[in-house]
This record gives sequence, C-alpha cells and structure tokens, in this order.
Amino acid sequence: MSMDAGTMTMLEGLDALRAEIEASLREAPDLRALDEARVALLGRKGRVTDLAKGLGRLSPEDRPAAGQAINRLKAEAEALLQARRDHLAAAEMDARLQAERVDVTLPARRRSAGAIHPVSQVMDEIVAIFAEMGFAVAEGPDVEDDFHNFTALNIPPEHPSRQMMDTFYLEPEEGTVPFVLRTHTSPVQVRTMRTGKPPFRVIAPGRTYRSDSDATHTPMFHQCEGLLIDRRTHMGHLKGCLIEFVRAFFERDDITTRFRPSYFPFTEPSAEMDVGCRRTKDELVVGEGSDWLEVLGCGMVHPKVLKAVGLDPAQWQGFAFGMGIDRMAMLKYGIPDLRTFFEGDAGWLRHYGFSPLDLPTLFAGLSR
Amino acid sequence: MKFTLPWLKDHLDTDADPDRLAAALTALGLEVEGVSDPAADLHAFTIAYVKDAVQHPNADRLRVCTVETKDGVKQVVCGAPNARAGMKAVFAPEGAYVPGTGITLKRSRIRDVESEGMLCSMRELMLGDEHDGIVDYRGDAPVGAPAASALGVEGPVFDVAITPDRADCLGVLGIARDLAAGGVGRLKDVAVDPVPAMGRNGPAIRLDFPEGEEAACPVFVGRLIRGVRNGPSPAWMQRRLRAVGLRPISALVDVTNYVMLDLDRPLHVFDAAKLTGDLALRFAREGEELLALDGRTYGLTPEMTVIADEDGPQSLGGIMGGEDTGVTAETTDVLLEVALFDPIRTAMTGRTLGIDSDARARFERGLDPLMVLPGMEAATRLILELCGGEAQEPVVAGRVPESSRTVHFPLAELPRLGGIDLERAEIDAILGRLGFAVVGEGEGAIELRVPSWRGDVTDAACIVEELCRVHGYDRIPPVPLTRLAAVTPPVLTLEQRRRGHIRRTVADQGLLEAVTFSFTGEATAGPFTNGPLVRLLNPISSELSVMRPSLLPNLLWAAAGSFAKRREGGALFELGPRFTGSRPGDQVWALAGLRFGGMVERGWAEPARPVDAFDAKADALAALQAAGVRVEAVGVTAEAPPWYHPGRSGRLGLGPQTLATFGELHPKVIEAFDLPVSVVAFEIDLDALPKPKAKAKGRSPLERWPHPPVDRDFAFLVDAAVPAADVLKAARGADKRLIRDVALFDAYAGKGVPEGKRSLAFSVRLQAKDRTLTDADVEPVAQRIVQAVEKQTGGVLRG
Repeated sequence: MSMDAGTMTMLEGLDALRAEIEASLREAPDLRALDEARVALLGRKGRVTDLAKGLGRLSPEDRPAAGQAINRLKAEAEALLQARRDHLAAAEMDARLQAERVDVTLPARRRSAGAIHPVSQVMDEIVAIFAEMGFAVAEGPDVEDDFHNFTALNIPPEHPSRQMMDTFYLEPEEGTVPFVLRTHTSPVQVRTMRTGKPPFRVIAPGRTYRSDSDATHTPMFHQCEGLLIDRRTHMGHLKGCLIEFVRAFFERDDITTRFRPSYFPFTEPSAEMDVGCRRTKDELVVGEGSDWLEVLGCGMVHPKVLKAVGLDPAQWQGFAFGMGIDRMAMLKYGIPDLRTFFEGDAGWLRHYGFSPLDLPTLFAGLSR
Repeated sequence: MKFTLPWLKDHLDTDADPDRLAAALTALGLEVEGVSDPAADLHAFTIAYVKDAVQHPNADRLRVCTVETKDGVKQVVCGAPNARAGMKAVFAPEGAYVPGTGITLKRSRIRDVESEGMLCSMRELMLGDEHDGIVDYRGDAPVGAPAASALGVEGPVFDVAITPDRADCLGVLGIARDLAAGGVGRLKDVAVDPVPAMGRNGPAIRLDFPEGEEAACPVFVGRLIRGVRNGPSPAWMQRRLRAVGLRPISALVDVTNYVMLDLDRPLHVFDAAKLTGDLALRFAREGEELLALDGRTYGLTPEMTVIADEDGPQSLGGIMGGEDTGVTAETTDVLLEVALFDPIRTAMTGRTLGIDSDARARFERGLDPLMVLPGMEAATRLILELCGGEAQEPVVAGRVPESSRTVHFPLAELPRLGGIDLERAEIDAILGRLGFAVVGEGEGAIELRVPSWRGDVTDAACIVEELCRVHGYDRIPPVPLTRLAAVTPPVLTLEQRRRGHIRRTVADQGLLEAVTFSFTGEATAGPFTNGPLVRLLNPISSELSVMRPSLLPNLLWAAAGSFAKRREGGALFELGPRFTGSRPGDQVWALAGLRFGGMVERGWAEPARPVDAFDAKADALAALQAAGVRVEAVGVTAEAPPWYHPGRSGRLGLGPQTLATFGELHPKVIEAFDLPVSVVAFEIDLDALPKPKAKAKGRSPLERWPHPPVDRDFAFLVDAAVPAADVLKAARGADKRLIRDVALFDAYAGKGVPEGKRSLAFSVRLQAKDRTLTDADVEPVAQRIVQAVEKQTGGVLRG
C-alpha cells in the first residue's frame, strides 16, 4: 500500500509533536501551566486539534490510518496530562497539609466532667438488686407525724427506744403537735401498708434525721427500708433474700454472713445481719475474714404493726429490713469519713463520684 | 453491760472458754462488743525488788533506783515520793505499753541518767486511781511474778450490748440464765436465805399517791441496819467493780452497786441519822428541789416520784439519791431501800432532768418484781458481812404486784414465722431453761406462764423469737424468694424514673452532684424564700436550724468551701427535697444547679470567660428536656425571684406555668457566702413540671425532606428594650409553611448602631417537602419576615 506525500509529511510531524508534547507536559511546573499546555495542544485551536482538522485534506485511502495515528497521539497526550495533573494535585495537597500543620501537643480544650454522688449511685445499685427480686420503690415524706414514725411502729411515747434515736422536732403551727423529721425510713412501711393492698414488696430509700453529730454521725443520713408482706414469708425467706442482696451488692458469691438476734420495736423476731470482714492496717476487706461488720437490721413485721395498719396478723406476715445507704457506700467503696459526704466539696465529688452514664445494672456488673 | 468471767461463774457452772462464751452471747442476741483481758494487757509487768534508791544527781524530785527484775538488775529513774530501798514494786521493761499513759517505753536518759524501764502506779496500770506513788506491793509474790496475778486483776471482762427489751440482762444473773438456756452451762441456784432480824425498828413508810396513780410505786421496802462501820469495801469487790468500770466508793455504796450489777436489782442506802421522821413516797410538789448525789440541784415537778421525809424530798425514786442523806465514812445506821418504780414515769423524770443513772436505765426498762425481797436480803447479807451491824425487820409498804402473765402459743407459729420446726420436747426444754412454764395444753397450742423478769414477752411472736434465738438464727435455713410474675413490673414510677434521668443528664452537662443537709441556717435561708421559714425546735446548731426553702443556700456554702480550697471555678447541683411548710407533704422535689468562676478558663485556644446567665439557661433547658418538656415550646421572660440579679435572670415557662428560673445570683445574696467570683444558678421544681406520660411504644415515621434548604440572613435594628425572643418569634411566624428554623447569630449594640438600639442578625432556613425552592418562593417570605418583624417589634431591616 502506498501513501501520498502529504500524508507522509503529516505522520512524520506527528512523531516530532509527540516528543514535544511529552516534554511540555512532563515539565509543566503547576496545574496552571499544565492547563495552558493542554489548551495549546488539545484546545479548540490546539495543535493536535489542528492536525485532526487537516485530515480532510488527505486522500480517502490514507485517512483511516492517519486518523488512527492522531487519535493515538491524542490519547497519549491526555494520559500524560492526567498523570501530570494527579502528580501536581498530590503535591499541592501535600504542600497545603504541610502548611496547615498544628502543634498537637497543645492541650485539648477543657471540658469539665460531672459526676453522680456515691449516695445516689449506691441507691441505684440497691434498687437494681431488689428490682430483680420484684421490689418496687416507695417513698414517704421527710417530715412525719408521730403516728407514722413511732406509734404505728409499736413505739409508744414512753418507749425507751425513742431515746435511742434522738428526734428532731419542727416548730409547730399554733395549737398543733410538733411534727418530726423521720428518724428512719420505716414510716414508709406504714404508709405503704395503709394505702395499698397486700401482698407488698417495696423498698424505700431516703433521707433520715437524728439529732446526732460526731465523727461517725451526721444529723442527716440515708436509709433504705424494705418490706415484704404476703401469706407465707418467714425468717428463712428473710435470710434468703438478704443473703442474696449482700452477695449481689458486694459482688461476692462466697461472702460470709451472720444473723444475730436483736431488738426493734416493729419486728419480732428481730435480727441484725453481719457480713464477714478482714481489717488490715489500712483497709477493710468485706466478705471474708474472721471479723464481723453489721450491715443491716431486719425481722418479721410485728403483729402489732400489722394490726395498726389494718392487716390481720393471722393472715398476713412478712419481713422488713433497714440499712444505712451512706454506710453501705463507705464499706463498698472505701470512703473513710461520713461527714465528707454532705460537704459538697468539688474535689471530693470528683474523686468519689461516678460517671453519669454508668447506671448500675445487674447484667453488666454493679460496681464501677 | 460489763461483767467478768469469774463473776459470771458465780451464777453459771461452765467450762466454756471466753471465745465460746462470747460466740454464744452474740448468738443469743447479747452482742459482745469486746472481751478485754486486763491481765493480758499487763503481761509485761512483773513484781520487782528495789535494792537501792538514791537521789538523782541532777534533779531534786527524782530518784535513781537499782531494781532486781526477772531480767536481772536494772537502773530506773523514778519520780515517785514513796520509792525507797527494800520495797517491792511493779516493773515495766523497755518496750512495754503502759495502758494508763498510752506510752510504749523506750530506753531513755533522764537528766543524763540512763533509765531502763519504769516503776508504775496503780493508775498507770489502769487498776485504780492512785497515782501519788508507785505500787508498794506487800504480798508474797516473788520477783518476776506477773503483776496481774500478784495484784489480783480480775478478767477477762466482757462488754455486752443489751437491747432495750432485755431489762433482765442488765445483771450478771440474767446473762447467766440466757447462757444456760443456750446450752453453755448450768444456772446455779443462789437463793438467799432471809437474814434473821434483830428488831422492828425503823421509820414508818407510807405510799402517798393520789387514787389511780398507785402504779408510780407499788411497793417500797425499807430496812434499818444499825451499827455499821463504813470503810472501803474488800479487794475482791473493788476489783470486780473496777473491772466493769465502776469506781469503788465505800463498802455501803459498793454493795448497792454490786447487787445492782449482780442481780439487776438497784437499791439505795440512806444515812438513817440524816432522815427526819417518817418516810412518804409521793409526787414532788411544785417548787421542791433536791440536791442529788451527783452534786447538782434539780427543780422537781409534780409528776416526779420522790422519797420524802419530814423535811422534804430526799431521793428521786428510781433515779438518784440525795446528797444530804447519803452515807459517809461516819455513817452508823443505814436505811436500805428496795422498791419498784413505774418505768414510764422514771424514764420521763430522768429525761426531763437529764439524769442518766444506772438505776434509771434499769427501772425504765422494767424490773423483775419478784426480785424485790431477794434483792433486799442479798444486800443486807453483804452489808452485815462487810460492815457489821444489826438488821431490823424490813418494813414493806404496798405489795409486790402480781406478775403471773400467760401467753397463748399456737405451735404452728414457729414454722409459720420462724421457718423452723422443732420437736415438742425441744420446745419445752428451751422455754423451761428460759424460765417459762407450760401451764396449759390445747388443740395445737400451749399456754405459757411468762417468767417475772421477762416483761418484754407479750405474744406468740415473742415466743417464736425466743425459740429461734436459742435454737440459733444461723440454723434457720435460708429460702430464696420466689419470683412474683414472669415479667417483673416496673419498679420505678414514671416520676422516679424521670428524676433519675434528669439527675444523670444534669451531671452529664458537667455538674457535680452534691448531697447537702435538708436544713440550713436561718440567716442563710432567709433571702431564698418569700414565705415563712420552717424552724426546728431542737436544732443541732444555728447553721442547721431551719428546713431549707431552696437548695441554693447549701450549694452556695459548698461552692464557697470548694473555691476556698482550690481557687478554681466549678459546677454543682443537687436533686432533693425543699420544704414549704412544717407538715408531712410540705415538700417538693427540687433541682438546683450552680456554676461559679470561669466557664472557659484561661487557655490558648479560646478567650477566658466567666460563667453567665446563658450557661445556667442551657443547664435548665437540658434538665427540662430530660424531664420530657418540649423545649421549643418553652417561653422566656425576664422575671425571676429576688435572689437573682434583676437584670440578668429569667424564667422559663409554658404559658403562665413556671418551669424554671435561672440567671446570675444577686450580688447581695452572694456576698453572704464569701464567694468572690461570678455565680449563676438555675432552679426547677420537678413536681411542678407536666406529669411524665407513659411512652407510646412505637415511634412516628421519620420525616423526609428530600429537597435542599435555602438559608437567608437578615439584620434588624430594634429598640434595645425589645426582647430578642420577640423578634425571632415574629420572624418564625411570618410563614408557617416554609420556615423551618430561625437562628440568631449576632446581637450587637455599640459603634455603628444608634444609641438605644441594637442590631439583631439571624438566619432563616426555608425548605419545602415537595420541591426545591427558587427565588420566586423565597422572596415573598423574606418580605413577610421584614413586615412581621417591623409590625410586631418595630424593627427595621438594616441596609
């Protein structure tokens, strides 16, 4: 096959142009120069475009081959262009990122974290454990009348146990008997039984008050009451329930426990529960060892209390218990001084407090 | 209640060791608080012989003693005036802990003379009060013998906590009886034979109470004993009394204390020569006084029982004797008193006068009426033995009350309440050892006669406790609780659950939860309420004298304390009750938070800034949102209670209903708390919020907005007094269909803005669900916004 001379010249020109293109694109120093080179070659008036326009002047036989050659050159030029563009873009990004560098060792912006008080956290823990056993949470007022705080609980006015708990009285309105600040959470038992229908399973955490202030007593503290009334619950159930509680609370299946006879006017039989402990020079290990630590008082609800709230003691029976929440928090988390609980010192609250998002649950483990 | 092992063994035949006894006592409900052994504490102390005692070369009052001890000859510097050659003394070597001084001895040089130990006084050994000199031992024990045994220290000493119901265990006899019931020994019979009386002398005694009040003192027995010599009591009695914490006084007084502790039977001795005429048991008369044995004079009132002679009250029945008729070393004739006093009246009198005596503690718990006469005989016997004299016949006024009560005990109560089942023989044996007697048998039930010393046993439940405790609480098998239902119902009410959620949300905003007292000081609380304060009748201090009307005062104290310690800002909150009145129910669940100091502390990244009202506003809104309030619907007005800065505080509400207040606190209010930084606060009464609703379980479908929004900015010049909220509300209301959001991005007054005006700039976002908005949609809305703002607030669009 033969070609005419014009075609030959054009194809030769292509080779030269290819060399030139390669050189100009490879050396384009930046994206802008590259774009100028692109216009000069592939733009509407570019040299490669011009060549393509010249195809019409060639003989019809030569046109396909020449066309292919021009297209190849165009493709090669575009590939080069893209490669150079990628390269330059990457370099530019690098340069920009270099310029944007910051000193990451500068301190982070401060965001102060809040915390939940140990009393609230431990209350939530106690609620979680008893919730699992079907106990609902009941509440009562901090200011109580004599009936709910004492009389209904089998504590008549002259009863010596009224001295065991030094009671705060409120200044009465004209001509009325003074109300008291509840000395224990037990009045919530009375309120629950008087207003509801048995069977009952409730716990009642809350503030309690006694006129007592020294190294180990504060005039306000927290208790959690528990009450279970049905037709068949006895001392064995009381033990079963409370042993399960201390196991869950202190998170030790092997915790040792002891029940001692004791006295509360509103339970009969009455008991105090101890857990085993070991005291070392600077810590207290709960759950093992040869010493005992009292954790709560409990007993079978006294028939007189059942009568006082209108339940027939021959039909209904059950147990009640009460524990100090602050004390439980101190034991579990090794917080040394009760008085510091209520000072609201920011450093103390940060140190002994709990993350707001750590809601205690049994399935995830109570302790934080 | 303290007692020693040998004392217990007077009543209990047992070979149990102290550990076993302690365990048994605690298991019976007589909680052992401690067992101490003074002999063990003194193991390092031995008898020594002072070979030589010479004047210290450098000190007038000191002597240098050469002492022969079990470890050889030692040199001891001693300051006691009675230290002399040839005496036997008690020596403490280096390393010994001296209980009376709390010091562990070290080798030392005293004024340049080496001292290798110490010669001790009784007080240093904690065996007595004598401290004028060292122990001058005259017994037979050789050098090196343990001092404890040589001096006759009695131990071990048990300290037992007696619960208020167990009056009978305030005597060694009662404790022994319980131990015997618990199977650790056999109760000895220590019945006292009556003392032969030598005559019928003594004052007449009259019970002189108004009709119906005879129970104040149902029986009073007086016995005159003549010709006694009241010296110190014998060593064995002093040892025992001292071991249990009582100071020996004189034989007569010590006998009454001893019988009280031994038989739980308080009694009193009068110096008969100091009594005038006959005795009357009566109520005190208005204006009467008594100088009691504690050296204080008490004003008496007519509900108090006194023992009076012709000159007036000489003793407070069941509580304390009088100084004027008390026995002394010169006493020769005594009147011994054994009586029963009404427990309640005794308690009331003791409480009113503030007298806490051992007698009162026993009378108010209730004593065994059948111990009156045996107690009299036991005390008489001891007095005659120790002091000599002649006992006259006892004079009995009134009579010992009937104490034969029975309790009906259905046997099924034991398994029903106690969770154990015991053989009938076992039941009878336990109750028998405790002093109960089966006096009747019925269908599955027994009648029990309650022993006279167990006034606390009133019904079948008490018998269940007796059986359980003697059998052993630890032998009651624990039974797990059964589940109530397959699905546990919610244990928290909606309010309780919401409170927990709010608490944790506020903490998550960066505030530390505090728990502070429900009371506060009157002066502190005053500025935080418009209403009357709820005062305590018996506050513990003036700082804790009223129920808090607001949570803020105590939080401010906490903040001030924290700031004083750390010199840095902080954020505190509390969720708890505040009090509105003095009746049950006059309280609301309240939430309050405060921030003080810097909100943004000095740092490299952003400028420091103190807390301001908008921080408190954000906290309040976060809490309201957690409470389930639709915060978009909440309106803000510049009204807040007077404890806030009037120009920098506000109220968040839904229509007329106030939800929260917030803002800077009033500078005058903060001043009182010594908190020299900015303080902002918010308060919410949780009980006043709309009630939480049970959630619908399903959610509404997510709304889709497929077309892009258009944002348009506006700036208006408005009168400075116009609230920004009004401007934004006007803009938002200009087109309910297309305006999705209005956000303020600038509020400016100052250069470029005319005096009395400010510039508010905000961005309005428009969006339609069905199409992309064009200028043709936006332009008319923009015009309506301009018109609405102008019409409603007088604002003019800035060019």
